Amino acid sequence: MDAVFAAFPTYLSGFAVTLQLTAWSAAIAMALGLVVAALRVSPLRPFRFFAAAYVEVLRNMPLTLIFFFAVFVLPQFGVIPPLGFWTAVLCLSTYTSAFVAEAVRSGINSVGVGQAEAARAIGLTFGQTLGEVVLPQAVRTVVPPLINVFIALAKNTSVAAGFAVVELTAAGRRLSQGNPSDTILLLVGVVVFYLLITIPMGVIAGAVERKVAFSR
Amino acid sequence: MTSVLYDAPGPVARRRERWGSVIGSVVVLVLLAVGAVAAARNGVFDADRWDVLYDPPKQTAADVWRSLLVTGLGATLRAAALAAPLALALGVALAVWRSTRLRALRIPAVGVIELFRGVPVLLMMFFALLALKLSSFEAVVFGLVVYNMAIVAEILRAGLAALPKGQAEAAYALGLSRPQTLFTILLPQAVRLMMPSLVAQMVVLLKDSSLGFIVGYQELLKVIQNNSYFYGNNYAFALFTVGTVVYLTVNLSLSWFARWLARRTSAQGNPEAVAEAAQRPGTGPGADAGARPV
Repeated sequence: MDAVFAAFPTYLSGFAVTLQLTAWSAAIAMALGLVVAALRVSPLRPFRFFAAAYVEVLRNMPLTLIFFFAVFVLPQFGVIPPLGFWTAVLCLSTYTSAFVAEAVRSGINSVGVGQAEAARAIGLTFGQTLGEVVLPQAVRTVVPPLINVFIALAKNTSVAAGFAVVELTAAGRRLSQGNPSDTILLLVGVVVFYLLITIPMGVIAGAVERKVAFSR
Repeated sequence: MTSVLYDAPGPVARRRERWGSVIGSVVVLVLLAVGAVAAARNGVFDADRWDVLYDPPKQTAADVWRSLLVTGLGATLRAAALAAPLALALGVALAVWRSTRLRALRIPAVGVIELFRGVPVLLMMFFALLALKLSSFEAVVFGLVVYNMAIVAEILRAGLAALPKGQAEAAYALGLSRPQTLFTILLPQAVRLMMPSLVAQMVVLLKDSSLGFIVGYQELLKVIQNNSYFYGNNYAFALFTVGTVVYLTVNLSLSWFARWLARRTSAQGNPEAVAEAAQRPGTGPGADAGARPV
């Protein structure tokens, strides 16, 4: 037990790195995902096709493979990504952006066609239709799955442990390799820190879902 | 394209869209070409970066492909093939446990599900490796099983909740016991209803088996790395490309299978319609399925 208390500073610094990875990747993935989602619902076929391919490829590729590309393959071509933290942010946000795009797209498509038709029938412009009618309804459907995407992102940051970033999982591995007698307790401590992120986010997602639930 | 955002285009809009499509294609193609030229300038397409796939320096091409597809992909599939049925079986067991009527009995199941859902798979693999002293193969399988069984249990819970109440009521009215109702009436329907989600989850499981790379299991990605150390790092891109194509082929076929299943299921009563019908008394499972646009 003492080993766990002694390890507290290590936990905290790992926890901080995990939180920073999650926050940066979430912000970048959100921006990138919105662009891809916009391309995916655009009236122009090539853009739709490009965005669909982007989403489909990234969603079916293991995150580890993307890390592998950034860490071992890119340097072969003189592109040396900044090591560690920012490489991890790059990989995590690229990977997550596909899931964000998919969540946003299905949210937009979940709005009834009649809503937009009615908006156009009373003479609203495209911007008004989008801003006043479609998006407010889409946001309600999008938020809970989006939170789930970010919960998955928080857990996925652990993959960075395999690529020279000392976040929570890597910290746990180091600690337990240093104190072989307390391995179980030390790793349980890491579990607790992950649950500190994922369970509150899950509760928020559930609450939002109940709050905005409405029938169409 | 009929979409919530646009009216069906008229002749002018169609002409404008055609021009837009042409310009858009040109933009996309130019961007790809610029990328390709930049890559070529860096020597990405030089033969000495690719000949490992057809004429490797120290061995025969058959050796390379055997190590990639038999050893590498084989190990990936072996871990997934062992973990998937275990996760499904334990997931069903958890879902059954979670649906018991006694609150005190249900709470541990909820705890197990929430615990394993909230923890990264990689951490569970490290736990198996370092704390339980399992081999790296067992650790990979352990991590995949405990995580996915929790997700499968959640999927099945949603499926059970989406069934119309009348199903259970009719079963009880016939005099079936609770276990009989659950196992012969409710679970089979829930499994069928959620089949697309279950298959999609198996794609996730297969993808996550690549975490074996980090815990030292010799799966596809690790074999790729070993090969690129053995033959030289200049082959990293070629080998990586093979890995990507293999993963995409396997996962996309599974994903398309899931989508095909979803379409097939929705023809007989789509999950959303069933879920909605479940909330209204007096309507059966696909009662209004045909009426709703999917």
